[in-house]
Amino acid sequence: MVTLAIEQRQMTQSEFIRVVMPFKDKLYRLAKRLLVSSAEAEDATQEILMKLWARKSMMESYKNVEAFAMTMTKNYCLDRLKSKQSGNLKLVHTNYDSGTSLQKQMEAIDSVSWIEKIMLELPEQQKMVLQLRDIEAYEYEEIAEHLEMSPTAVRVALSRARKAVRDKLVQKHNYGIG
Amino acid sequence: MELDNISGLLEKYFEATATAAEERELRDYFSGERVAPQFEIYRPMFKYFSEAKDERSSRKLLLKKHPGYVRWLSVAAAAVVIVMIYLGNSYQENREMEQQKAEYAYQETRKALRLLAQNLDRGADKMAYLNEFEATKEKIYKSN
Repeated sequence: MVTLAIEQRQMTQSEFIRVVMPFKDKLYRLAKRLLVSSAEAEDATQEILMKLWARKSMMESYKNVEAFAMTMTKNYCLDRLKSKQSGNLKLVHTNYDSGTSLQKQMEAIDSVSWIEKIMLELPEQQKMVLQLRDIEAYEYEEIAEHLEMSPTAVRVALSRARKAVRDKLVQKHNYGIG
Repeated sequence: MELDNISGLLEKYFEATATAAEERELRDYFSGERVAPQFEIYRPMFKYFSEAKDERSSRKLLLKKHPGYVRWLSVAAAAVVIVMIYLGNSYQENREMEQQKAEYAYQETRKALRLLAQNLDRGADKMAYLNEFEATKEKIYKSN
């Protein structure tokens, strides 16, 4: 009788997918922002959703599954980066090309991929804040919750990140080539 | 007028004090065709942000058979087997030791009983002398 009741409360796989699908790509994009490689970002997303699925019986007690998943993604990726650093491993990414060919350079000069490269150089926290605000358009309070920061710290990091991008753009503009 | 407005919005944007609506206004402005030359420099920034939003995860979500879960399950099963083998072994050893002890006790008891029987036999031999003594005594009584 008891097990039956529990089974009834647990969500089915299709229900779960319906809940997570709206923010799956957001998790992926945040993971990719931090891990750079799209393969690793896919792995991270899969891992996070799997963990969430394993805890599906508790999902109703989370008032905001999306926020919870975002925080999980942040922690997972930062852990990955930390273990890579301590293991003295280099970031392996196949999709980021330093663009040595003239063609690539020409593209980079007047295209937006330049911004992506600028963002690579930002500290993790600024990357995440910029990602969540300017790309995902979350509210400050939501970002604070997702990243476990105070709203003030979010604004400070965001302002720094935006200004860093602007400064690089101005530099590039003044020198012609970045 | 509009330029002043955009300039003000940009300032708020970089100080991270712009509201969501104000930022939307900026994005709309930069996605349009009529961007003033002095703001042209910011265009790639807003363009990149809107393009980055379109990136999608291409891998299909797999929920069945959690590899980590299965891995841990097999580790747990292996641990259980090892513990059981260990317990079984020590049980077997215990039994063997007990059997040896019992055997030893049995042998010791037998030895003790044999010793007792031997002594009893010896006592019985001595009884034969006593019988002889009795018979002689009877003879003496009768002759008297």
